[in-house]
Amino acid sequence: MKKAETILNERDNILGRIREALKASAPLPGSHGGSHEHTPAGPPASHAREWLPAVGTSAAEQFELFARNAADLKADFQLLASREELKAALIKLRDAGKWQRIASHGGELTDFAGKSLGLPVTLTDRGYDVQEMEQCDAGITECDALIAQTGSVAVTSRSAGGRALSVLPPHHVVIARRDQLVADLPAAFARLQEKYAPDFPSMISFITGPSRTGDIERILVLGAHGPKKLTILCI
Amino acid sequence: MSFVSQFKAQAGEKTRDLRHRQFIRTALRGYETARDKRKGAFQSWESARQAAAETKWEAINHLDEHLVALTRQLEARGTKVHWASTGAQAREIIAQILRDKQARCIIKSKAMTSEEIHLNDALEKEGFTVVESDLGEFIVQLRHETPYHIVFPSMHLTRGEIRELFQRELGDAPSDTPEDLTMVARRVMRQKYITADVGFTGANFAIAETGMISITENEGNSRLTAALPKTMVTLIGIEKVLPRFADLALFLPMLATAGAGQPMTCYNTMYSGPRQPGEADGPEEWHVVLLDNRRTELLADTEQRDALHCIRCGACLNVCPIFRNVGGHTYGTTYSGPVGAVITPHLRGLQEWKHLSNASSLCGVCTEACPVKIDLHHHLLQNRRNASASQPAFLEKLAYKIFGIVANEPAFWSLAKKLGWLTQPLHDAVKGSALDPARAWTKTRDLPPMPRETFKDWWRKRMKAE
Repeated sequence: MKKAETILNERDNILGRIREALKASAPLPGSHGGSHEHTPAGPPASHAREWLPAVGTSAAEQFELFARNAADLKADFQLLASREELKAALIKLRDAGKWQRIASHGGELTDFAGKSLGLPVTLTDRGYDVQEMEQCDAGITECDALIAQTGSVAVTSRSAGGRALSVLPPHHVVIARRDQLVADLPAAFARLQEKYAPDFPSMISFITGPSRTGDIERILVLGAHGPKKLTILCI
Repeated sequence: MSFVSQFKAQAGEKTRDLRHRQFIRTALRGYETARDKRKGAFQSWESARQAAAETKWEAINHLDEHLVALTRQLEARGTKVHWASTGAQAREIIAQILRDKQARCIIKSKAMTSEEIHLNDALEKEGFTVVESDLGEFIVQLRHETPYHIVFPSMHLTRGEIRELFQRELGDAPSDTPEDLTMVARRVMRQKYITADVGFTGANFAIAETGMISITENEGNSRLTAALPKTMVTLIGIEKVLPRFADLALFLPMLATAGAGQPMTCYNTMYSGPRQPGEADGPEEWHVVLLDNRRTELLADTEQRDALHCIRCGACLNVCPIFRNVGGHTYGTTYSGPVGAVITPHLRGLQEWKHLSNASSLCGVCTEACPVKIDLHHHLLQNRRNASASQPAFLEKLAYKIFGIVANEPAFWSLAKKLGWLTQPLHDAVKGSALDPARAWTKTRDLPPMPRETFKDWWRKRMKAE
C-alpha cells in the first residue's frame, strides 16, 4: 500500500510548495511593475452593490424589475393578491399542462398547493422513488429568496425539498412570499448567511430562468436537462 | 511531429478554411453583442473588475490558509478531501473511489480539470463507462474529440454535423433544429442519471469561509449529477478558492457576463457536504479532489502569479484574433487562447510550448476582456523572454550580431544597401520556395522593393545642388 501512503502525504507536500512559493510577494493587480505593498481596505466585494446593475429602492420598483428580468429569462412570474388567486393560478397551470401527478415537499405553501390541486403527490421529505419523480409533471417548491436584480430564485436542499425536486420534473413551480424578495445579490447572500450560518443546507442554488443551452450553433434552447418551464407564484 | 510543427500545420490549414472562420466569427459576434449589453448594465464594470482582481489576489496570496480552512469545514460536514500533486495521482484517487464503490457507470458534468488530467481515457481503460452530460461535451465525446473551447465545447460544429452524428451514434435525430437535437440528448441522459453509480463534477469556485464548492452551469446537468447518484466526486484546481461566501455576489454575475453575455448563469449552486441528516436526497458520500498539477510552479513565479486568478470564463479566447483564425483545436492544449498560451508553458514545459506565446499580435484585447485583470499580453512577452533566456536561438543571435556590426559602420551600411538593391531581383526568383533561406518569413509576406536611391542619397544630392 505504498501508493496510498504517498497520496496521504500530498497534503503536506502541496501546502509546503505553496508556502515556499508565497515567501516572495507578487505585485498587486493593476500595478504592472509597481508596488508590492498591499493595504486592503476591507473585502472588495463588500462594495459590490455600488458596481452591480442598479436596483430601485422601493418594493414596487423591485417587483417590477423582477418581473422584467423573469420575462427576459422566459420564466413566468405572477404576483398574486390572495390565497384564492394562488389556488386559481395553480389550477390554471394544472389544466394547461394536463398534470396527472406532481412532486412536492412539506411546507405551509406547498401543502396549500397540494390541497388546491387535488392530484396525487410524490413527497420528497422522507425519501422518494426517483423513477416516480421523473414521471411527475411538475415539481412544486418553496424558496429562500427572490432576487430583483437578476430575476433569480434562491432555493436550498432544506427549504425546497432536496436537490432533485427543483430540476428533475419538466415544470418547476416556485411559491414565494412577498417578504422573500430582496433587492440584489449581496442582499441574497447576506440573507442566506443570516438564516443558516454556520449550519448551511448541503445545497444552495440560485436558479435564474428555466434550464437552457446554447451548445448547438449558440442558439438558445430551453429545457436542456432541467425544467423546460419555470413559474414563480408570489403571494 | 513536434508540438510546434503540429501547431503551424494546423494553423495554416484552419486560417485558410473560410467556412470555419465565418462560422466562428458569427458565433462570437453574437457573444460580443450580448456581453456588451450586460457589461453596460453594471454601474461600474471597471470597478467590479478591480475588486475581483483584488479578491483573487487576496485568495491566491494566502492560498495555504484558505485551503486549510476550506478542507477543515468540508471534512467537518462529512466530505472526504483528497490532495493530488499530479494528474496521475488524481486519476488514481478517482479510480480507487470507483473501484471501492464497485461502480460501473459514471455520469459527468463539464470539468476542464478532467480534460487536463485525461480522466475519461484512464477510467475507460479500467472498464468504467463514462458519460458526459453537458450537451456540448456529450457531442465532442461522441466524436472522440477534445473540446473546441473551454466554455462552448462544440461551437465549431453545425447543426447538420450534429444531426449526422446523432443519427450514426444514437440512431435518433428527428430533424436538425437545435431544439430537437437537444431533446434527443435530454432523453438519452435522463435514464443515465437514474442508473449511474457515481456523479462527477468540476467546480468554479471554492469558498474558504463556509467550506463550499460552487458550480456554475446552464443546463441543470450538474444539478442532477450532484443529486441522484449515491456517490459524488468533484475535481477542482487548488487555485479556485475565494475567501468569503459574499464574494460570490460579485463573481457569479461577472463570470456569466464575461463568459457568455448572460446576467447570471442559469444554475449557480453551492455544495457544502453530502446529504445531511433530515435532507431528502443527495449523495451519501462526497469526495473532493484538490489538484495541484504544477499550479504551485506558476505560484512561485511572482511575475505571472496572477495567471492563477483565472476563473476560466473564456472571455480572452472569444476576443482573440489568433483564436478566431486558428481555432481551438490547433492549440493542442486543454486551455487554449491567450490564457492557455500563458499557462501551458508552466503546466507542460516552456520549450515545448513557447510557440504559443509567439502566436500573438500582442494587441492586448485579451487583457482588456479579462474580468479579473490578468496581465495576459505582458505574460506572453515574459514567456518569450524566459524561453530565449533559457535556450537562446543561436542563428537569431548571430543574425543580430552581424546586423549590429553592419548598422554601426557607415561604409558597411551603404554597401549592404547597394547589395540589397542588386540582389533583390535574384531573391524574387526563389521567394517562398524551398531554396529561400528566409522562407519562414517571406512565404506569406512581401518585402517592399529596395529603392535604388535611398533617402540619405537624395538628401546629400539635394544639399550639394543648393
